[in-house]
Amino acid sequence: MVDKQTALDWYRQMVLIRHFEEKCAEGYAYAKIGGFLHLYIGQEAVAVGAINALNEDDDIVTHYRDHGHAIARGLDTNSLMAELYGKETGCSKGRGGSMHLADPSKHFWGGYALVGAHLPMAVGMAMRHQYVGSQQVSMAIFGDGSTNNGGFHESLNMAAVFKLPVIFLIENNLYSMGLAIHRDSAIEDLHKRAVGYGIHGEAVDGMDPLAMYEATQRAAERCRRGEGPVLLEAKTYRFRGHSMADPEYYRTKEEVDFWRQRDPISNWKQKLIDEGIATEAELAAIDESAEREATESARFADESPDPALSTLCDHLYATPVENGDLCRQQQAEKPDYVR
Amino acid sequence: MPVITYREALRQALREEMLRDENVFILGEDIAYYGGSYGVTKGFVEEFGEKRIKDTPISETAIIGAATGAAMTGLRPVAEIMSFNFILQAMDQIVNHSAKIHYMFGGQMQVPMVIRTPAGWSQLSATHSQTLEPLFAYIPGLKVVMPSTPYDAKGLLKAAIRDNDPVLFIEHALIYATKGEVPEEEYIIPIGKSVVRRPGKDVTIVSFSRMALESVAAAEELAKEGIDCEIIDLRSLRPLDMGPVLESIKKTNRVVVAEEGWKSHGIGAEISARIMEEGFDDLDAPVKRVAGIEIPDPYNKHLEYQAFPHKADIIKAVREVLK
Repeated sequence: MVDKQTALDWYRQMVLIRHFEEKCAEGYAYAKIGGFLHLYIGQEAVAVGAINALNEDDDIVTHYRDHGHAIARGLDTNSLMAELYGKETGCSKGRGGSMHLADPSKHFWGGYALVGAHLPMAVGMAMRHQYVGSQQVSMAIFGDGSTNNGGFHESLNMAAVFKLPVIFLIENNLYSMGLAIHRDSAIEDLHKRAVGYGIHGEAVDGMDPLAMYEATQRAAERCRRGEGPVLLEAKTYRFRGHSMADPEYYRTKEEVDFWRQRDPISNWKQKLIDEGIATEAELAAIDESAEREATESARFADESPDPALSTLCDHLYATPVENGDLCRQQQAEKPDYVR
Repeated sequence: MPVITYREALRQALREEMLRDENVFILGEDIAYYGGSYGVTKGFVEEFGEKRIKDTPISETAIIGAATGAAMTGLRPVAEIMSFNFILQAMDQIVNHSAKIHYMFGGQMQVPMVIRTPAGWSQLSATHSQTLEPLFAYIPGLKVVMPSTPYDAKGLLKAAIRDNDPVLFIEHALIYATKGEVPEEEYIIPIGKSVVRRPGKDVTIVSFSRMALESVAAAEELAKEGIDCEIIDLRSLRPLDMGPVLESIKKTNRVVVAEEGWKSHGIGAEISARIMEEGFDDLDAPVKRVAGIEIPDPYNKHLEYQAFPHKADIIKAVREVLK
């Protein structure tokens, strides 16, 4: 077991993610948040256990269900909610939205929205670590659906060939959007695919932050020892639909209820109380403060300014182009639309 | 001034940049001990070692994605895609990721990477002979260059490696052995600047890559009949520098656009549209396009040669706009 402060901090992170996600759902209902919104509720222990096991300078890339990872990495919830609200104060200045949260200063290199497409980036980051001789590792977090995509195969093989320090972390929530795993994958224990690449793979209880923490630590140690990549499979479940638009025709209420019995937050809470690590009152205070933080983030986001229309073409190129900057020419010819 | 091949110019640019900046490294299929499928990186692994000259599996998605990740975290990868055609395997990485990361995350990250790849054809049949630059020139966030001479190839490749954005550097298999003057002292050619390849007064030919060389050959032949062609070599397709094109048309009032790719929705279509928008009043005749015939490349050498455009197509087009 971890020390009390750590145990409480994990609890704080998990309930903060939960409250943040509930605020997001509310913001979506009020049309403050547009586009796609994929909630992380149910999977909190994966992000919290795995990310806390990494060093601050280890690199992370993740998928579009990325709010939980960003919070576990310590990104400011105001800047995250503001990003979801599309505001200039958002971490990606309102250009990315829910699926593209990032903060390179925290080695959190972003959420990516094409299934499995960010795995090669983690390989490249590990290539950099090996190139400069650092002890850093990179971690790609992705869903079970990604494992049926070509990028998964190319990335695991390339990382294994070069013995790169990459942790490939599958969040196996049993559904590729609405497609059940037994309908899209020839094997359901996805960590077994590690055999095909000659690397270490293991399954972890994704509803338990401690199990996630320990497995990720072991994986990181292997990577730092130069033993090559590791494939971790967190067995988890999302309690909400794939996105806000999901009517959930593809799964039963009984199945959802079964997994809700394994809620990572209430189970962790019970464990801390049972083992005498924390009192109900201590945990309630943490819960309350997390809820306040989530509420405050929504207020901050709501009151933040939209990006000025004149900034439409900012950040297109890092090395500015002298000729042919068509964006600014085209923008100059348009009327201003304010919706 | 030394006269060297297009291939040697690329080798010089790569080698000089690797010596200048230790963060520059090359990855790709068979670039190390094989020396690159067109020999551009021959001998590099012996000089720089396997750390900086990385042979990869045949995994285009992972090559481009890894280059993107390495670039985001501080290296300057030069990824070689063995044939332009194979780049389709990495389309998602380039279009959805390399090109968008800087903008999509509000400028927080940069992706300073180069993708080098040879276009061209030579009885390689339908899947190995395509001219796909319009697909990439279409994408904001990407920079696309396609030099025609050794001098431009060296200067632009150096600029591409030093640029902080992803640059697609398209070579051409049929011009690797062509020669030209390249100075010994260092120089850089900025991305996004067209050049007047040959001054003239009667007609403007806008072109790039192999077709720019065909245009020069066509102009020499036309000069014998007293037709004086001005050739604009675009060199970069995105950003596209229309300035010299529009300046030239003010003088010649007639224009031919010559490219190797398929005509519909191609680079020539874009150049023609821009001339309509920005240079219509200077025209005395409709724009004439020279392009490839729209068909998958046939293997038979006579059919293939027929399908691609050459010097004679340009000469014919010039005569037509002068009618």
